[in-house]
Formats: sequence, structure tokens, C-alpha cells
Amino acid sequence: MDIVILGLPLYYYIAMVAKVLVAFVFVLLTVAYATYAERKIIGFMQVRIGPDRVGPKGLLQPIADGLKLFFKEEIIPAESNKFAFLLAPLIALIPAFITFAVIPFGETIKVFGYDVPLQIVGYYDNGIGKVVDINIGMLYVLAMSSLGVYGIVLAGWASNSKYSLLGGLRSSAQMISYELAAGLAIIPVFMLVESLSLQEIVRAQLGMKWFIWNSPMTFVAGIIFYIATLAETNRIPFDLPEAETELVSGYCTEYSSMKYAMFFMAEYANMVTVSALMVTMFLGGWDGPLVSSYPLLSPVYFIAKVYFLLFLAMWIRATLPRYRYDQLMALGWKVMLPLALGLIVATAVAGYFGFYTFSGLFCN
Amino acid sequence: MDISSVFFAIVTIVAVVSALLVVTCKNPINSALSLVLTFFCLATYYVMLDAPFMAAIQIIVYAGAIMVLIVFTIMLLNIRVDANKKSAHQLVLGSVTGVATLLLAGLLLTRGKLAEPVCNITTEMINQQGHTQLIGKVMFTEFLLPFEVTSILLLAAMVGAVILAKRKLS
Repeated sequence: MDIVILGLPLYYYIAMVAKVLVAFVFVLLTVAYATYAERKIIGFMQVRIGPDRVGPKGLLQPIADGLKLFFKEEIIPAESNKFAFLLAPLIALIPAFITFAVIPFGETIKVFGYDVPLQIVGYYDNGIGKVVDINIGMLYVLAMSSLGVYGIVLAGWASNSKYSLLGGLRSSAQMISYELAAGLAIIPVFMLVESLSLQEIVRAQLGMKWFIWNSPMTFVAGIIFYIATLAETNRIPFDLPEAETELVSGYCTEYSSMKYAMFFMAEYANMVTVSALMVTMFLGGWDGPLVSSYPLLSPVYFIAKVYFLLFLAMWIRATLPRYRYDQLMALGWKVMLPLALGLIVATAVAGYFGFYTFSGLFCN
Repeated sequence: MDISSVFFAIVTIVAVVSALLVVTCKNPINSALSLVLTFFCLATYYVMLDAPFMAAIQIIVYAGAIMVLIVFTIMLLNIRVDANKKSAHQLVLGSVTGVATLLLAGLLLTRGKLAEPVCNITTEMINQQGHTQLIGKVMFTEFLLPFEVTSILLLAAMVGAVILAKRKLS
């Protein structure tokens, strides 16, 4: 009954294509409507109306924006390095999307009698006849996020403009600095879970034992990670690379039309991805009440948590002013990095004595 | 020919072409980008060799950190096009080093101990326990001393860089 193609069963291919399509469309739609939601939410918070002209309540605004950008004239500066100039938006956009491949967005569900894990990447183990999670999920995420820097550095350099170059340099310095803090802040999670697989990390948090409140170390780590991801995605209060008053619009000053739109999309796709990561590592992933008896609820919980974090980022944008550049670097290197290193030591000590959870702290 | 050797051929073509572009590109940024692509191909080889941890580290360390640093340097020094002409001794030295490396690699692969597996780690073990776990265990038991010595070396380099770069007060 099972059709096997190139050593893998047919259902594996079908499930893979379906998952890729669903996740990709989900991220794209979220990116499009995050721009609309952002304008609406910030408008509401600042007692404005926000976009309301295109379609009912302005709901077609993202489509109108997309069309406008699509039909705009494309300008390539004469003195630019054309190859790098054209490549940069692609390099910025691709890592933002492919990081999503390892994020588990739901419990394993049964479709026509087959177990389909709701996570794109996974290899089929012929020995046990199941799809298994790759055990370096988190390292893959770190690797891809470190590649996103290239898009911005190249855009800044290839434009051959002072504003772009300064914006690109600032942005890459900022991303590298905060990547360290983010990378170190997730180590306590690995120490508690003893695995790099994102599925395993979610399973360790099942039953509302989410890391954000389950252990003091991961609580602090979660906050550090969230702040670091805000900085990595160039969001207010860390949007120095695009500080309008100083740098016009930073590394994408010289970009127009669809290429500008790609940088814009990359920024929002990055937001979605890091929100999903934050959810997976600290907010229990797809865990929630009743998820063990109704596995189909799990994607709903996952999406709700991601949207909550996106809302939080917009809320922060409407609230906080921008950091000064030296303050930003001081915060990254002198506060968050030592704190994250200290957390690793604290987790190791606490783990040695066996009281790393809040409940363990109070019961022992 | 099965699917993995077709895939191997594709990756190899990309690896060789990008490695050639590293040395033939006039613009240093394009060379640097080609080198990133080469690292990517190397990472793909690691994945095909059941060493996913090595693949991830390859991308994080080489493509993500070292090459960013190199691109940074090129940008800051604003080296646009390779200005200096290639001199004869560079050519001779380069070709001698290249041939020597090739010979050494060939010898190691065919005659040396690298031709046979050093330890008894199998694909099944990697799939069951995870590549990261296996490497971690070996690194902190069997190879603890070299590991610590390397980290002290890196620490010394870091302290040295900070001291050299620090502005003198007064």
C-alpha cells in the first residue's frame, strides 16, 4: 500500500510540501498584515485613526502598498556595485524565511493514519518508520540568523552612499553584539532540556511548565533573549540603523521599488521568526491547556503566542524612544553579555544541587 | 547512481566554481562572498557525512563570524578593486604552496590514518544519541586537556587584542 520514492514513503513528500506551503503562506500573510496591524495599533495608542481608506477599515492597505512598490521605478545608483546591490535584498530575505523551517508549530497530528509532526524539517528514519527531528535545530537557527547580517552589510556597502554605509556598519555591529547575548541566553534552556532539538525543548515544557516562569534562571534568560531579539531585528528602541534624523533610512536609503519592499519584508519576517523562537524556547511552544487531548489546538496556541509577541513589539515601538548608539553598545556588551554568562554558571550550580525550578527552590 | 551522489555532484560543482571565483574575482567583496558560498558547500558535505553539528558550527563560525569580519575590514578600508599587480614571486610561492597542499591532502587521504575511521562511531549511534552529545562527551572526557589549552590560547589572543586596541589614558 505504501508507495516508496527514492527510499522515502509518498506521504512524507506530500506532508513536506503541504507543511512548507502552509508555513510559508502563514509567514507571508503575517508579514503583510503585521504592517497593517502595526499602523493600526500604534495609531490607536497615539489616538489617531491609522489607515482606513483602502477597503473596509483599511484592510486592503497592505495589498495597495505592495502594488505601489511593485510598480515604482527601480533605481540602481550609477556608482554602486551592481552585483552586490542586487544580491543584498535576497540575502536579507532568505535567512529570515528559512529559519522557520525548524520551528515546531504544533503537536504531531495523525492524518489518514500517518503521524505528521508539525515542523518542516525532519528526516525520515527508515528503521523505525517515523519522521525524526534533527537534533541541531537551535544551531541551525543561530547559523541562519548570523547570515542575515550579510544582506545589511552588503546593502550598505554596495549603495556607495555615506548614509547607507554608516547604517550598514551600525546595523551589523549591533546584530553581531546582540547575537552573542541572545546565543548565550538560550544556553540555560539547553542545560535544562539537555538537547538542541526544538521539539525536545517544547516537550520539556509541556503541562504549562514554560521556561519563562518555571525557573528563575530561564526567566531572566527569557527577558535577555527578548531584548536581544528586538535589537537583532532593528526594532525600536534599537532601530539605530534606520535612525531617520541621523541617517535618512540607513542601509536601504538607496533602495527603491521591490528591493526596498524586500528589506521591509525581511524585517517583519525576522520579527515573526524570532517571536516564534521566543515562543518555542520560553513560552512553551505549542503547549497550552487541553493540548494533550486535542492536538489540533496546538497550532492555535502557537499562533496566538506569536501574535501576542508581535503585539508586544508594536506596543514597545509606540512607547519607547530610541537608544543612543553608545548606550546600545554598553547595554549589549556590559550588561546583557555578563548577565547571560552569569546565568549559565548559575544554572550549572543550581543543576548540580538539583533545584533549578521555582518550585524546587521553594520546596527543597 | 543514487540520489545522494547526484546531490554530491551538484554541491561539488558549486564548491569548485565558488572556490575558483574566490581567487579570480577582481573585487574583494565578490571574492569574500564566493568564499561564503564555499563554506556553505563544505557545511553541506558535513551534513551528508552525518555530522550536522560540524555543519552548523561551520556556518556559525566561518560564514557567520569570520567572513563578516573580513567583509567588515574590506568595507572599512574601502578596497574597491584589486589595485596591485601580481608579482612573479607571489605566483611561484602560491603555486608551490598549492601543489604541496594538494600532495599532502592526497597522501593523508590514501596512506594516512585518516583513510580509516579513528573511532567506532557509527551512523546509528549519531542518529540515536545525537552528534552534538557525542562530540560534547568526547571533548570533555578524552580530549579535555587539548580543549582547555585551546581555550586558554583563544583567551590570550583576546586579551592581547584588547590591550593592543585600547587607547592610552593621559
